[in-house]
Amino acid sequence: MKASDTLINDLAPQKFGRKGVIWTTALIIISIAGIIAYIDQVIKGQVVTNMNDYALWGIYISNFVFFVATSFVGAVTVAVLRLTDNAWRTPIVRIAEIISVACIIMAGLTIMIDMGRPDRLMNLFIHGRMQSPIIWDVIIIPTYIVICLLLLYFPLLPDLAILKKHFSQTHPKLSKWYGKFSLNWTGSDKQKKIQLKSIHIIAILIIPAGFILQTVDAWLFSTLFRVGWDSTNMGAYFISGASVAGVGALVTVVYVIRKANKLENYITEYHFDKLGKFLVLTCLIYLYFNINEYVIPEFTSKKEEVTHLNHLYSGQYAPLFWFVIIGGLVIPIIVLLFKKGRKPLPMFYIGLLVVVGSWWKRFLIVTPTLLQPFLPIQGVPESWHHYFPSIHEWVITFATLAMALLIITFLVRYLPIIPIQRTADEQEATKTNKPLSS
Amino acid sequence: MENNSTNNRRYFLDNGLKLGLAAIIGGIGFSKLASKLYGKSETNSGEKMELMTTDGTIVEVDASEVVEVAHSQDHETKYNLREGMPNRKFVMVIDLAKCKNALKCQSACNKHHYITGEHAWLKVYKMQEEEDTAPYWMPTTCMHCDHPACVTVCPVDATFKRRDGLVLIDNDRCIGCRFCMAACPYSTRVFNWSEPDYGEASEVVLNMNMAHEEHNSIEFAGMPSKIGTVDKCDFCPHAIKEDKLPHCVTACPNGVFYFGDKYEDTVTNGDETLRLSKLLKEKSGYRLMEGLGTKPSVYYLPPVNRLVDFKEGLSEYRNYNSVEKIDDL
Repeated sequence: MKASDTLINDLAPQKFGRKGVIWTTALIIISIAGIIAYIDQVIKGQVVTNMNDYALWGIYISNFVFFVATSFVGAVTVAVLRLTDNAWRTPIVRIAEIISVACIIMAGLTIMIDMGRPDRLMNLFIHGRMQSPIIWDVIIIPTYIVICLLLLYFPLLPDLAILKKHFSQTHPKLSKWYGKFSLNWTGSDKQKKIQLKSIHIIAILIIPAGFILQTVDAWLFSTLFRVGWDSTNMGAYFISGASVAGVGALVTVVYVIRKANKLENYITEYHFDKLGKFLVLTCLIYLYFNINEYVIPEFTSKKEEVTHLNHLYSGQYAPLFWFVIIGGLVIPIIVLLFKKGRKPLPMFYIGLLVVVGSWWKRFLIVTPTLLQPFLPIQGVPESWHHYFPSIHEWVITFATLAMALLIITFLVRYLPIIPIQRTADEQEATKTNKPLSS
Repeated sequence: MENNSTNNRRYFLDNGLKLGLAAIIGGIGFSKLASKLYGKSETNSGEKMELMTTDGTIVEVDASEVVEVAHSQDHETKYNLREGMPNRKFVMVIDLAKCKNALKCQSACNKHHYITGEHAWLKVYKMQEEEDTAPYWMPTTCMHCDHPACVTVCPVDATFKRRDGLVLIDNDRCIGCRFCMAACPYSTRVFNWSEPDYGEASEVVLNMNMAHEEHNSIEFAGMPSKIGTVDKCDFCPHAIKEDKLPHCVTACPNGVFYFGDKYEDTVTNGDETLRLSKLLKEKSGYRLMEGLGTKPSVYYLPPVNRLVDFKEGLSEYRNYNSVEKIDDL
């Protein structure tokens, strides 16, 4: 009894400390700045961006691809670790689910920012044509949002019932909300059976949905002729890249929440060690696909391919390219291969490096290719030969990132980020030495 | 009950009367129409006229049977704008041997399409395949591909392919995703990043507004251009309809552009009319990036046996500019 009380006390949502308030306020301010910048963009048109008829997509699209990629973490950690019955996932799955929900919602919003005519959004439904990869995205993104929400929600039910009880004295209002969302969870065998089955179905469902989402995202590019996009490698390349971005984001967020909510007893070095191994595995797979994309075309040396690659190796994007490859991939692999590198603090820095690298990686997938069309760039202003985002684009992009963090913060504030019921069950099981069924 | 039946009868009578009246009026109308249609007149004038039938034989008819028929004013809009002009297939041939970058095509195109952005629909590229080969000037329009990549990827069917070969844009439907621009290997599409600025209420704007009122249709895509939507060369359907050639064809002083109908197998640059198939065979016509399978409607004739000096065009060449500002017009 006493043990479970401390457990609930430890794991129940906590009020923000001073740092939490500052953090949230900052995120809200950045979000508002972005909304103002976006309104300005709607009024003046996308002339406020630095996009042009050659660099016709910019960081709105690469940021969108980043969000889509990061949202893959739900599928890759929760579902895959669950189906492979990796018990160490317990304290981190909910965080992964939260990241997935936040990122896929923001992905849906970000893609609209790039639309020249957001007022005609409904045309996608009125005049939508199945042959366009954009319509595939229109179908899969809402589907994935729903699956992600359900994957977050179903396992929450017992915890919400616990929280209802926990807060019934101190916060009756909050308790009422938890009660409503717990759908009268009593923990009866019948309820448990239904819940387990539902979770299992969703966990299986999210894997193909996640794969489709990442692949459709890759096909947005590989269905076009452009050099650097026209590759059969793209689908698998994007899936593996999404695993890197997702697990990298997971490591970073887990570290911050662990520190902020003082969960050192629940998320231990053991978990970081496991996460580190997982991250290095995804990085190695991604490295393999990067070699396919960036080295193998050199062998046939098609003129356009070589020009494109030289642009990356030694052209104007070289510093960024090498930062992404070395900082975002090679260094993480080296560090994480050592046991010392998989301690929480180095893992946090590596996770951060991986996330930043992943973000710029998407920029490198989108922009250099657009600036290398088949016919030479002529007859347009000199500035159209390059692309670097404008202030509007940066403010709006940072706002979307801030909003994603805001969703994560909000969910962390009100949800038990470590499954209480499951942790209790596991502790019980280790005491009685009985294996826990899924 | 009785009251009701009276009402019914009255109702029937009333309606019957109306119906009868309508029938009489209709009948008169029909007989008038029929007499007009068949050109029959009540009186025979006795005067004969000689006419040639469609198969070339001369027939003699009574003069009174010849009636002037009013031509339908709107016959050119009688086809579906998304289907295109029936039984036509428009093609263009660009003879690179003749082009010396006079850029008259571009300025005519810019003027007639009221292009205000910084990117012309028609461009003349300075091309050189490699160091050892000769440089040449290459005008490009929209290729109006038969297998258009832009149309394939458009999520809302805003850009579409017509049976007469034209690829057009419905800028009332375009959502501005720019997927078509990324898909087009010829970089032919331009985007309206801001509200098109037609400058002060000048003569140009006045002309444009008038022209727009007259031709407010998909065929006049890009006029007026709309913020947040895509524009491109439209092969000038507004000119074709009036049996005129596209503006670039008529503006070119060197006869570089030939325009015509593939079904008729003829193309013309205004001065000379040629057999398309013969021209392409004799001069080894080709299409840009044939390997991509886009099947363009624009053919090129290689820049061989040139009478023009490439260098002459250099004085006109502008690397960073393709649209004169509206004030310069």
